[in-house]
Amino acid sequence: MSGGDAAVGQARIDDPTGLHARPAVKLTKLAKGFAAAVEIRAGADGAWVNAKSPNAVMKLKAGHGQTLHVRADGDDAAAAVAALVALVKRNFDG
Amino acid sequence: MADAPGERAIAGITASDGLVAGPLVADRPAPAADRVAGTARREGEVLRGALERAAGELADLAGRGDALAAEILEFQVALIEDDDLVGPILSAVAAGEPADAAWRFALDREIAEYQAGGDEYMAARASDLADLRDRVLRAIHGGDADGPAAGGAGGILVADDLSPSRFLELDWRRLVGVALRTGSRNGHAAILARARGVPMVVGLGGAAVLPDGAPAILDAEAGRLVLYPGVEAEARLRDGRTRRAALALEADGVLERPAVTADGEPVAVLVNVDDPGLLDTLPVARCDGVGLTRTEFLFEGGALPDEERQLAAYRRILAWAGGRPVTIRTLDAGGDKPIRGVTDDGESNPFLGVRGVRLSFTRPALFRAQLRALARAAAHGPLKVMVPMVTVPSEVERVRALLAEVIAGLSADGVAHAVPELGMMVEVPAAALTAGDFDVDFYSIGSNDLVQYATACARDNPALIALSDPANPAVLELIGRTVEAARRRGVEVSLCGDMASEPTMVPLLLERGLRTLSVAPAQIGRVKLAIAAWRRGAAA
Repeated sequence: MSGGDAAVGQARIDDPTGLHARPAVKLTKLAKGFAAAVEIRAGADGAWVNAKSPNAVMKLKAGHGQTLHVRADGDDAAAAVAALVALVKRNFDG
Repeated sequence: MADAPGERAIAGITASDGLVAGPLVADRPAPAADRVAGTARREGEVLRGALERAAGELADLAGRGDALAAEILEFQVALIEDDDLVGPILSAVAAGEPADAAWRFALDREIAEYQAGGDEYMAARASDLADLRDRVLRAIHGGDADGPAAGGAGGILVADDLSPSRFLELDWRRLVGVALRTGSRNGHAAILARARGVPMVVGLGGAAVLPDGAPAILDAEAGRLVLYPGVEAEARLRDGRTRRAALALEADGVLERPAVTADGEPVAVLVNVDDPGLLDTLPVARCDGVGLTRTEFLFEGGALPDEERQLAAYRRILAWAGGRPVTIRTLDAGGDKPIRGVTDDGESNPFLGVRGVRLSFTRPALFRAQLRALARAAAHGPLKVMVPMVTVPSEVERVRALLAEVIAGLSADGVAHAVPELGMMVEVPAAALTAGDFDVDFYSIGSNDLVQYATACARDNPALIALSDPANPAVLELIGRTVEAARRRGVEVSLCGDMASEPTMVPLLLERGLRTLSVAPAQIGRVKLAIAAWRRGAAA
């Protein structure tokens, strides 16, 4: 990711079952609402994956207590990161 | 019709009563392999069209209002809309691969990846991917993409086994019954079938030849499947159906009337709730309240429910009951009901393992959240809390202390709440034999597990079905002792297992002194009829 507006953020996954089907679908739906390229990874050493791909997000197998890192690149990058971090922080509610 | 196949009866075991006829419909028929691929451009159109059709069908299915099913289907729809997943497949098709081969190859690779690592939750999602793979393949082949759910109207579903989620996904307005090669009378799908009145016969044998489309009679009274029924079998079917229709009419007549025995003694008939979605179609006037709410429904499909979501679910049931008592069982995970992130899947014998309240004690945060939600819901109606798998009195005391702690917290925070009655489920023989030693506000006999533990027959083992007999005198003795303990302590006792829903068992339970039964919603009428026919002192 390069150029344009870049933003990063992170939040801990509190949900006891981790990032599973329902949260994964919610997260990707939210990410798709932004024009920026959005990526996430589980833990500081994880591989970055496309936050708009439910299949990729599911396969992260991000578990309870892990930190989800978010990065975005594009016009609305800051808003995208803020929205995703907020979603994780409110435990994927709503 | 000289060469029509002759009549053939296959013996099985009744898992849910009924008598129906129709053609056999295999669940998820394998798509035909002999398809001729078109040009690259045409194949691209075929795949796009199939994906669109599959997405539409899934949206339809999700719209039926079943929460658990909706969640599984939502994930499948999201996968169809996943450009990272679908994009490369479309590229492969544009480069000349046939639509079906490219789709199958890519999905199989994903499924293998989900299955690798032995993660139970990911394995369950792998079966969602397999569902999606087959649905799209059926659409590519131009067949009936929704499988037996859309086609085969009036058919008898045939499968090896049926998972609870698959059961919920199927459209039971279109299918008349289920015939399973393996399966179990005591499994979760069987409980769902009984609750909805879907006839089911299990244990037909792994090698049973059940040709798709063959005309059949599913005799879920005698526990058998009759293929290619002859004239006499058809006549018996008509007689049976006439008899059942008369009985159903009679049952309908008593549905909304209070149950009384032939001596005029009132009997409370409550319902078991496994999925609150069921309540939308159940008039509350048919019952005297909810005798068992299985809160596991809240925990299926991924995320654990927080306090607010639980509170909303409990309040919904209380609102439906309209002032009638509602008993809610705390999480009863473990045994044959593993819950991802909660249960330990490394146990060698889960039925004798850390399940029910034993498990809740190992998950204090989860348990507290549930008790808080229950105490808050109790402010809105007569809610009773039932604790599963209690073995010794100190476990009840521990729950009572936790509940008191949670309630003190709610008071301190100024959150509306009430102190619910606290009762125990009697399903461990040790608890049944010493029931009088427990300081509880009520007892509810969980006969399914009580039978399993008293007869040492795992309830998911079809080979032991005959031996795991609820009418075993030892089981009835344990029930009788529990009823007697409740009488001496002056508290209520009910029975909420499958026994209460079985009209032939009802006399045995009334004989033992039970006057409160909690039954599957579809069985209310028949149970009330069985109660009306019973007279004190008459031979059961």
